[in-house]
Amino acid sequence: MDRVPILKFGEVLLVTIQVDMQDQMAVQLQSDLGQRIVDTGCHGVIIDITGLDIVDSFVGRTLSTIAAISRVLDAETVVVGMRPAVAITLVELGLSLSGIRTAMNVERGMELLAASAEPVAPPEDSDDALLRTPYSMARMACAENELEIQK
Amino acid sequence: MTASTGTGRLQCQSITGDEDVVRVRQLVRAHAVGAKLSLVDQTKLVTAASELARNTLVHGGGGQATVETIDTGIRRGVRIVFSDEGPGIPDVALAMTDGYTSGAGLGLGLGGARRLVDEFDLETAPGVGTTVSVTKWAR
Repeated sequence: MDRVPILKFGEVLLVTIQVDMQDQMAVQLQSDLGQRIVDTGCHGVIIDITGLDIVDSFVGRTLSTIAAISRVLDAETVVVGMRPAVAITLVELGLSLSGIRTAMNVERGMELLAASAEPVAPPEDSDDALLRTPYSMARMACAENELEIQK
Repeated sequence: MTASTGTGRLQCQSITGDEDVVRVRQLVRAHAVGAKLSLVDQTKLVTAASELARNTLVHGGGGQATVETIDTGIRRGVRIVFSDEGPGIPDVALAMTDGYTSGAGLGLGLGGARRLVDEFDLETAPGVGTTVSVTKWAR
C-alpha cells in the first residue's frame, strides 16, 4: 500500500495528499505523522489537501484526529488548499472540522504557524537582568575559557 | 461489467474492500462528469457515494454498487444503487439521525448522504440486507 509522504521543511512537517486515499492509507498517515513529530521535534504540521477532490466523513474525522494527536505532541496543525466545492459539501454533510485551523495555501499556513510560534518577548528593561543570571554568566565564562584554550 | 439500457450507461462495481470504495468514487465521478453535473454537484454526489459505499462495506459486510447515467429526454442525472446482504438496519429512523452510530464512525453517513443528493430511497429488512438508491440531477 502506498504511503503519504511527510516532508520536513525547517521546523514544519509538510504533508501533501495527492491521491484518492484508501481509508487504510489515512489511518497509516495518522500514525506515521505522530512518529515524525516525535522524531523531528517539529512544532508545526501543514496538511495540503489541494489534490483531494472530496473529503468525506472518514477523511474529515482523520484530519480532526491528526490535529488532536499533534496538539498533544506540542505541534500545531493547519489544513490548507481546500477546494470551494469540498468546503460546501463538507458543511452540508454536517462536518465542521472543529479544532482544525485552516489557511488558503501552504504559504499562508507557514505564516500562521510562524505567527503562533513567536515567543513572548520579555519586558525591555529586564534584558540586562536576564543576561546576567548566574547561569548565563557561567556560560559566558566557559565560552571565554574555551577561546583561550583554542588560542 | 457494462451493459446498455434504455436510459443510459450502467456499470457495476463490487464492494469487498477499501480499494473498492475508491473505485466506486472514481466510477461515480466519471458518470457525474458525463451527465454534466456542476462541479459542486459532482463533489456532493461522489462524497455521498463514498459514505454509502463505506456503509455497504463496513455494515453490510460488502455488496455492490450500480451506477447509471439517466437521460429522461428532459433532464439528465446519475443514479447509484448500493446493495448488500448484510444484517439490515433494525431502526431506520435512528440510523438516519445525525450523530447516531452503531460503529466507530461519526454517524453522519446516512443522514449526510441524504442531504447531498436529490432523491434518496432506503429499503432494509433484518437478516435480508439493505439497498440504498440515490439520484442527483443536473441543473
